[in-house]
Amino acid sequence: MKKTKIVLGLSLVAITGLVFMAADHIDAPAVTGNASDITDVYAFQGQDSNNMVFVVNTQGLLTPAGTAAATFNENVLQEINIDTNGDNVEDLVIQAIRKGNDMYFFGPVAPGTTGVTSTVKTSAQAGKVKISAYGSAPVIGSQNGMKFFAGPRDDPFFFDLGQFKSILMGTATGFNNPGTDSFAGTNVLSTIIELPKSMLGSSSTINVWAETKQKQ
Amino acid sequence: MKTNKYKIMTLSFLSIAAMLVSCNNDDSSSPDFTGNYVQQDQMARPAINTVFIAAGAPKDAFNSTIPSSMGASYQSVFEARLLALNAGYTTNALGQTAAQLTGLLATDVLNVSKTAPTTFFDGTNVLTGRKASDDVIDVELLLIFGGPMGTSNPGLTSDNVNANDKAFSTSFPYLATAW
Repeated sequence: MKKTKIVLGLSLVAITGLVFMAADHIDAPAVTGNASDITDVYAFQGQDSNNMVFVVNTQGLLTPAGTAAATFNENVLQEINIDTNGDNVEDLVIQAIRKGNDMYFFGPVAPGTTGVTSTVKTSAQAGKVKISAYGSAPVIGSQNGMKFFAGPRDDPFFFDLGQFKSILMGTATGFNNPGTDSFAGTNVLSTIIELPKSMLGSSSTINVWAETKQKQ
Repeated sequence: MKTNKYKIMTLSFLSIAAMLVSCNNDDSSSPDFTGNYVQQDQMARPAINTVFIAAGAPKDAFNSTIPSSMGASYQSVFEARLLALNAGYTTNALGQTAAQLTGLLATDVLNVSKTAPTTFFDGTNVLTGRKASDDVIDVELLLIFGGPMGTSNPGLTSDNVNANDKAFSTSFPYLATAW
């Protein structure tokens, strides 16, 4: 009985047009496959427990053959938003944007204005790092107590997306064991920042999200 | 005198040219970052947009919404999706009703602790961050399909892909070398 209900429920979902893609890989028509498409966001304590690490991945499902040609876009600002007082409005931002062969970083700093439109906080430049080339050792920037990386990495996301699609379409009733990682062997473009937790306000918890913003 | 005039004009041009050159030099050492940048994509918790928002234009709309506006706009949408995915949903392993779970998820932010271990779920800590090795999909499947004891719908509560295809580094930049 329960199973029938679930299958019916899933069919309804399929009929109403839900297409399950991935973490957020290729999630929306306006950004799919371009430099604005965020695939995953990570926030975790660094190797040094006094530090926090933020990872923003974009341009998912890059094949090894296609990775060398993938580039960050000079007109796309990547912004890590940090809410320190629990109202889900950013109190601090960390911004990253490419110019030439380098990724420039700004903040953490209070944004000029909160919300959908940003300007680059050039007065709060934190550092820059040469964008790492595919197949080369990672270039690590280290300035103002922070570390920076920008370049291709293995996609850290793992999920049997293919089987989940089959379940949604009603051609399977459950996952396989073992499953198949649909993201095995694919790459992303990563922007990675490590910084002292003390730069993130005084609250014991923060709310974090990433945005990509297109220059107008 | 004409010659003097020419000299003065030439000198003026030269000094203007010199200023232009020095301006260009300044530009190359501090690039131009002026302009307004408008939100195109937004993301925090994994797979939220993809699971709970219908394909096409609604996904773009969600991506351009700021988190403080999401709860009011999307909680009911998420709840309808949750019940479409699992018509038998009562509560989950966290004791959340459909309204409570979708109320949490509809505001797409990653809750991050600066004092506790940072993880999506490690058996003890819940939603205190997201580290690369966290099996976030299994956590979400369990909360959607697993029922109050986490034991309902056993074929749907894990995709049985439990780790990445490359090992992570313990040091910066943490993620593995590209394939």
